[in-house]
Amino acid sequence: MRFVDEYRDQASAAAYAGAIKDLVTRPWAVMEICGGQTHAIVRYGLQDLLPEGVELIHGPGCPVCVTPVEILDRALAVAARPEVTFCSFGDMLRVPGTRKDLFTVKSEGADVRIVYSPMDAVELARQSPEREVVFFAVGFETTAPANAMAVFRAHQLGLSNFSMLVSHVLVPPAIEALLSDPETRVNGFLAAGHVCTVMGTSEYGPLAERFKVPIVVTGFEPLDILQGLHMVLKQLEEGRHEVENQYLRSVRSEGNPPAQRMVSEVFSVVPRQWRGLGEIPASGLGLAPAYAAYDAVLKFDVGAISAAESPDCISGEILKGLKKPRDCAAFGTRCTPDAPLGAPMVSSEGACAAYYRYRRA
Amino acid sequence: MCLSIPGKIVSVADGAQDDLRMGRVAFGGITKEICLAYVPEAEVGDYVIVHVGFAISKLNQEDARQVFTYLAELGDVGELGALDPAQEV
Ligand code: SF4
Repeated sequence: MRFVDEYRDQASAAAYAGAIKDLVTRPWAVMEICGGQTHAIVRYGLQDLLPEGVELIHGPGCPVCVTPVEILDRALAVAARPEVTFCSFGDMLRVPGTRKDLFTVKSEGADVRIVYSPMDAVELARQSPEREVVFFAVGFETTAPANAMAVFRAHQLGLSNFSMLVSHVLVPPAIEALLSDPETRVNGFLAAGHVCTVMGTSEYGPLAERFKVPIVVTGFEPLDILQGLHMVLKQLEEGRHEVENQYLRSVRSEGNPPAQRMVSEVFSVVPRQWRGLGEIPASGLGLAPAYAAYDAVLKFDVGAISAAESPDCISGEILKGLKKPRDCAAFGTRCTPDAPLGAPMVSSEGACAAYYRYRRA
Repeated sequence: MCLSIPGKIVSVADGAQDDLRMGRVAFGGITKEICLAYVPEAEVGDYVIVHVGFAISKLNQEDARQVFTYLAELGDVGELGALDPAQEV
């Protein structure tokens, strides 16, 4: 496939690996932010191509993984209501809440549907005026324009039976929180190419400056990741800390202005709870006051539901890069993709599931 | 869910579905109805990155090769001639 296969070429990957070996003189730890990148790194065995001492740390870039248990419990409470048709991306169905997951609630008779796009949920609401259609809106900046458009359309179409359970998260505040942790081992970042496709690169300059870390906006194919790594390591070796863009074919420095306008029309920045990281100020999106009528938390009054994370799961340390999935006593035994204890094992982009799938031997 | 993949616009229906710019995008063999409201500049034949039913960027053909030019500039040119993405469909 065009724009895919050419970036998986083995000879070029080997050439990049050689160039990285030639470049590196000291150990470095580089964090990839996005779960899509984690998936590619583990799937293509990119870590094995790197010289000893260059370590990839898997960051918090999987929105499914960082969605807190209490949001799941709220989703379960809403989905179980008889008048509700609950729509979600497929990944969220098996993320465990305190007692159940959405899949269980569905098997108990709730009307839970997997949709490809939030617009499918709007269409359902239009076609079934007698049902309350609720969309579970999780995601990073990449997904926010789509979810914002869904609310905007529902409003345009005058649909009073559509609402959203919003748990949107933002990447730069999470980077800031990770770097502010005195335990951090991260020397440089591969920033998420599709987040920056929407938001542009301007938010990263102040972070690179303040924490003296190179940040390279990077794509998702093996050669993208290897080039992004080369760019970060080159900066580290030369003592620079700048924002650079590897993923030029998709990311402009200003991002996607029409998408940003729609996001700021519908959403406002709010504090958000991150699974494993705790509450981070100004790190999420919620519905703006003008669109409060579409807020499922208010509509179904589930704001009081709160919950704590499973004590066995060390996903917090995994998300911070302090531990690897195999450091978890439950990994592959009490916790597997078929019976996940924590979210990083559920999502195909989660670090634990990626290790389980590609690195069992 | 975070997956965003490149596809080629095969048709554009401006103003279909009440003013929302929609179009059909081909991903290998599969074609899907995609919202093009966020890529007003993209036309039939352009490649776009698609995420949950929305095109979020038009891929820039000139920048598509920089992964290879950067590598070539590192001095290790290898078999790069065979990898010209312009020859791929
Ligand atoms: S293996 Fe399971 S229990 Fe352990 S950190 Fe990963 S998700 Fe949590």
